[in-house]
Amino acid sequence: MSKEISGAQALMRALEAQGVQHMFGIPGGAILPAYDPLLDSSIHHILARHEQGAAHAADGYAQASGKVGVCMATSGPGATNLVTGLASSYMDSVPVVAVTGQVPRWAIGSDAFQETDATGITVPVTKHNWLIMDPGDIAQTIADAFHVASTGRPGPVLVDIPKDVLQAKFPYTDASAPDLPGYQPKLKPNVRQVKEAARLILEAERPIIYAGGGIIASGAGAALQKLAELTGIHVVTTVMARGVLPDDHPRCLGMPGMHGNYTAVMSMQRSDLLIALGTRFDDRVTGKLSAFAPGAKVIHADIDPAEIGKNRHADVPIVGDARLVIEELIGALQAEIGRGATGDYAAWTRQLDEWRSRYPYRFTQPDDGMLKPQFVISRISELTGGNGIYVAGVGQHQMWASQFIRFRRPRTWINSGGLGAMGFGVPAAMGAKVAMPDDEVWCIDGDGCFQMTCQELATMAVEKIPVKIGIMNNAYLGMVRQWQELFYGERYSQVKFGWDIPDYVKLAEAYGCVGLRCESPDEVDAIIEKARGVDDRPAVIDFRCDPMENCYPMVAAGTSNDDIILGPAFETDHETHGDTLYDQDPPEEDS
Amino acid sequence: MKHTVSILVENKPGVLMRVASLFSRRGFNIHSLAVGTTETADVSRMTIVVDLPDKPLEHVTKQLHKLINVLKVIELEPTGSVVRELMLIKIHAEAQNRSQVFELAEVFRASIVDVTTDSVTAEVSGPPDKLAAFEDLVRSYGIIELVKTGRIALARGARGIKDRQLRAAV
Repeated sequence: MSKEISGAQALMRALEAQGVQHMFGIPGGAILPAYDPLLDSSIHHILARHEQGAAHAADGYAQASGKVGVCMATSGPGATNLVTGLASSYMDSVPVVAVTGQVPRWAIGSDAFQETDATGITVPVTKHNWLIMDPGDIAQTIADAFHVASTGRPGPVLVDIPKDVLQAKFPYTDASAPDLPGYQPKLKPNVRQVKEAARLILEAERPIIYAGGGIIASGAGAALQKLAELTGIHVVTTVMARGVLPDDHPRCLGMPGMHGNYTAVMSMQRSDLLIALGTRFDDRVTGKLSAFAPGAKVIHADIDPAEIGKNRHADVPIVGDARLVIEELIGALQAEIGRGATGDYAAWTRQLDEWRSRYPYRFTQPDDGMLKPQFVISRISELTGGNGIYVAGVGQHQMWASQFIRFRRPRTWINSGGLGAMGFGVPAAMGAKVAMPDDEVWCIDGDGCFQMTCQELATMAVEKIPVKIGIMNNAYLGMVRQWQELFYGERYSQVKFGWDIPDYVKLAEAYGCVGLRCESPDEVDAIIEKARGVDDRPAVIDFRCDPMENCYPMVAAGTSNDDIILGPAFETDHETHGDTLYDQDPPEEDS
Repeated sequence: MKHTVSILVENKPGVLMRVASLFSRRGFNIHSLAVGTTETADVSRMTIVVDLPDKPLEHVTKQLHKLINVLKVIELEPTGSVVRELMLIKIHAEAQNRSQVFELAEVFRASIVDVTTDSVTAEVSGPPDKLAAFEDLVRSYGIIELVKTGRIALARGARGIKDRQLRAAV
């Protein structure tokens, strides 16, 4: 006979059974019973300073490691503070399990102290959630929660447990293998569709592989590289897929989209075949949808059937896991090639190479002028050799980081791509460092983002989590300021923060971190190295950057990718590119 | 255009809210909704009628299928399915016109389920247009209140929902 244990003990046992080593959270009234057996557990709980920080940390942990991130909070405000983090994980398909305390069963629905309907609130931002009303369900629900979070299209889930369920004593039995009749992710692609895709690929003249975050989730980076090398087809890596193919790989074109590089954007626009793998035709990539890649047929492979055809019609829809799809596709292509079929993309490759050489990312760092954030980020990339893990907040600095860091491997670029949650950077970097303690973790942050979640500096100082945080302090909510400059006639409304308040160096020091300041280009390398030398606490660098620097290239919201704005660094070339590039290869009408 | 969607779900708390929220997040109104138990224990069937264009409907149905508690989703073809609704309607009727209401009820094969000195309550079932026709005919007497179950529907033919595709055309 099994011994009676409490619901809280069952919860810890169930989490341990899932292999949980770390979790992020904050205790409070309703979750209190769970924090007692935590003392006897093998799980290392990291005490966050805000539940939003705990949720983003779990996300960063999961993105960096591929393991499920776990966060825990109390009922009411604890649960609502998790919501932003869960929403970000949901948009970016990151596996996270959130455990929340709930008021006792008898008080549910009575507007009790710190009561919110946590499952109700999180329905739109979780893959699934559960309210446990019987302690006997705890073990199975936790097993199911990890299964749902980590399989198929990954995503966050929430398990809400009333306080009296945590306190109840009951005979514990281990969970059995999850059996969810309504949840049967389809992993293996349809062979006929894959063959059709292979045929289209070999017939195409201007194919492009449009690689998304699904490739990272499925661990298909190596397979993708093999596909690119087998076919010679170039790859654009979305903001969720940066690093999935090394940036120095000859077939890697880098980031497409609103702030993507010219070649990545134009390669899709002028393509006759988009091979979309683990990606969802997000509006930031497509620009004006009706004008997106007008001459392209589309092969769309995704593990989530609801994504296929959602924004763009798929000529060849393939439902399946990205790694299995790519492996099958390689097999089908090899069979075709064995029969003598070949793709001929030589002219297309010449065109892409010409664009690449003419329109790289470009900025100017005057020797004695104000710091340019692009310069700072380039130096961080260079000095770390692209071997670190790079985490960003949301805004201009995020786009510059995605543009200027030369990524070498998957899971080294962590951001809030879909939700665009400012404040993501600092706590997500904490999670990444906890997951991958041997990697150098850099948070490229903005001054606006930093101030939303910088309280986690305290967590990291206490826990001795030595991340490096480079604040691209441009004294403004930079991306909003840029939009006001470009689209609101330079009428700046509620965007100015100022360089000096807070004093980021003093703030870092007050939190027990190393605080550094950098104001001129010739100090940048030395200060980066100084921060790299700190190994027992976080190092925060206040890079005082040019407030008026704008992020380019840019496709303005609602416009076509054809109307990409290269920015002032290209103004001298402007006269020629209209004729020689935009109109060189007019899209063909497709049936 | 009105569409009828049949959904098999696990009979668990919160399922209705999950299903409904996929419509409400898009600002679509659910025209009618009927839920009940089925031939299988712990499985309920929802019949939802919504008025929305084909493309968003396709996306909603795919997202419905993603819900963990949803077992099956199909869209029923109007011509290939049997659609029924039940209405209870309380009509203002006194001695001088009560017999007229009874006659109408008989034509519509409605049952009279309650009678008072100044009201008659009829139970009418059938396709939605039959219910609408009856409602129109008795309106002149005065409708005190009415309630409908919402549509329920089954596809014609021998196959059950579990053996059908999301859309007949696919």
